[in-house]
Amino acid sequence: MKKVEAVIKPFKLDEVKNALSQVGVQGLTVSEVRGFGRQKGHKEQYRGAEYTVDLVPKVKIEVVVGDNAVAPVVEAITRAARTGEIGDGKIFVSALEGVIRIRTGEKGEAAV
Amino acid sequence: MIPFGSRELRSRLLPGGGMAHPLRTAARRPLGGRPESSGGSRGVSPFGKGTGVMMQRRWSGVLCLVAAAGLAGSPAAWAQDKPIDSQLLALAQDKPAEKPAEKPAEPVSATPEQKPPEGQAATKTLKEKVDEAMSSSKVMMDTIWTLVAGMLVFFMALGFACVESGFCRAKNAVNILSKNFIVVGVSSIAFWLLGWGLMFGDGGWFAGTSGLFFVSGADSSPLNGAGGYEGVYGSINWSTTPLWTKFFFQLVFCATAATIVSGAVAERIKYSSFIVFTFIMGVLIYPVVGHWIWGGGWAQARGFADFAGSTQVHSIGGWAALAGVIMLGPRIGKYSAEGRVNPIPGHSMSLATIGCFVLWFGWFGFNPGSTMGVDPAAISEVAVTTMMAAAVGTVAATITCWCLMGKPDLGMTLNGSLAGLVAITAPCAFVSVESSVIIGAIAGVLVVLSVIFFDKVKIDDPVGAISVHLVNGIWGTLAVGLFATKDRIQGRTGNTATDAGLFSGGGAGQLMNQIYGILGTAVYVFIGTIVVWAVLKAVMGIRVKAEEEVQGLDLGEHGQEAYPGFQMQAK
Repeated sequence: MKKVEAVIKPFKLDEVKNALSQVGVQGLTVSEVRGFGRQKGHKEQYRGAEYTVDLVPKVKIEVVVGDNAVAPVVEAITRAARTGEIGDGKIFVSALEGVIRIRTGEKGEAAV
Repeated sequence: MIPFGSRELRSRLLPGGGMAHPLRTAARRPLGGRPESSGGSRGVSPFGKGTGVMMQRRWSGVLCLVAAAGLAGSPAAWAQDKPIDSQLLALAQDKPAEKPAEKPAEPVSATPEQKPPEGQAATKTLKEKVDEAMSSSKVMMDTIWTLVAGMLVFFMALGFACVESGFCRAKNAVNILSKNFIVVGVSSIAFWLLGWGLMFGDGGWFAGTSGLFFVSGADSSPLNGAGGYEGVYGSINWSTTPLWTKFFFQLVFCATAATIVSGAVAERIKYSSFIVFTFIMGVLIYPVVGHWIWGGGWAQARGFADFAGSTQVHSIGGWAALAGVIMLGPRIGKYSAEGRVNPIPGHSMSLATIGCFVLWFGWFGFNPGSTMGVDPAAISEVAVTTMMAAAVGTVAATITCWCLMGKPDLGMTLNGSLAGLVAITAPCAFVSVESSVIIGAIAGVLVVLSVIFFDKVKIDDPVGAISVHLVNGIWGTLAVGLFATKDRIQGRTGNTATDAGLFSGGGAGQLMNQIYGILGTAVYVFIGTIVVWAVLKAVMGIRVKAEEEVQGLDLGEHGQEAYPGFQMQAK
């Protein structure tokens, strides 16, 4: 099993969710995060003083899928989240050691 | 708020008729030769000399005992003043008391029983005159108007609470809301205890000396001077309203002055020290200046004019705020060593906007209500000068900020409206609507420049209270000396020592009157409050510890959060 984490622009969340359900993903976790890559931040002002906001709001989606589902999931996320502008985000794929469903105690692929 | 009303109206409606002004003709004293001390230094560390916890507890205990003893002992002093139906009271007014027998009887609402028998001179007891006045329609309208206006001013406390908490961080919201709320309570107690008496009691050039405690002096409101007023609150007897109406209206003004300080010292002041400071402001600072300006003291005697309180409320609050900010030091992280200004954005611009609208609304009680009586022409004009100054101030501040910073900052826009309101507060009844537009425009520009300036000199004012209230309080007071017209200022103050402003053909006389008043207020309030803050700093500390400031005063001072569980904690 693999964990696919995607940091995307917040307004792309609905599109990515829909794309994921179309490729058969049955569960995901969403969190609100802040961060920057090469995009850096942007300038804001407050009462006459200017400042740079380094940490830009993003949304992180975490999905756990079987090994052979990684490619279509990554492709779906990429297609849905891309705008072509700086700050589109990144996808991280990592190997998972174990998955347990809390209600039934199932382990492994059956728990995904 | 100064003696006000057209002569014809008064003579037609009031028993006894005529308009007399109790203005003291005391000899003018020169401005006290107080040496300008440098006040407190900025302090080496922003946290003050922290006294140990045990020492602080002991001193707090001593303070509590002293306060309790003072309150317990005051009824003794209170009992000295006699009830109002004693006619043997010595009057502290300059003019001799009118004897009832000499006054022609022209009652407004005479009932058949009260009509004097034919052929005899009218002799009414004081109580009869008061009862008669209470049932006159003029007194009724004046009372309703003044009370409702006072309620609008009270509502401004909500405005301050919203603006201040909106401009500050969420982790300090409970503390800021608490300060704004408790200030109303503490100021009310202080003003009732002693403030009213010092301010409006008959006395000397400096302060009142009669009827000091618990508003217990003899008084025959709503009779005015010409109506046979007998009592010790002569300086405010021009308003034909009952004593408690006058007290209520003046009390809410005192509460307003105190909340100004809370914004400037926000996010790092100790709650307990702030409460003590507010009490001292309500008993010693605010009423003394009030006596000078509205209570028959030296400033009023020389023609200083402040209709609704640009100096009395806003400048006093502003000076006290400036003193507090200097003694406190800036918030952690506000200014970097290289001189950079780090914005600390407020947590809710929505709340700040709500607050600003509430303040604007409440100001329609503040300014037009200061007539403390219904003269349709005057309250109409004052409502419009107030409105126009606020509106133009808003636009002027927005344009100024837009030009200087490239984008219109909402905080500056909000401050612009408040600046216009503060600036028009003194001249609102003395200037034309056209003048109010100019005054508001200059106020809007001033406040933006002032906010930027104070940050440059490292005076950290989270909500812009000093820029709005002090700077524009001074500007508004000066504006009287520039734009006042003679008919308005003399007609609506009843004070012949006033004159038209510089631009209305009056020369520089009135402007000089205003400058003297501003200087006197500056010296007394700024130096006085520096001393108070310094004493509080030494005795109980005025700034919270660094860890508490970082964590947020809500947890440190109050043990609770404004938005429980909503935000990540700093610690």
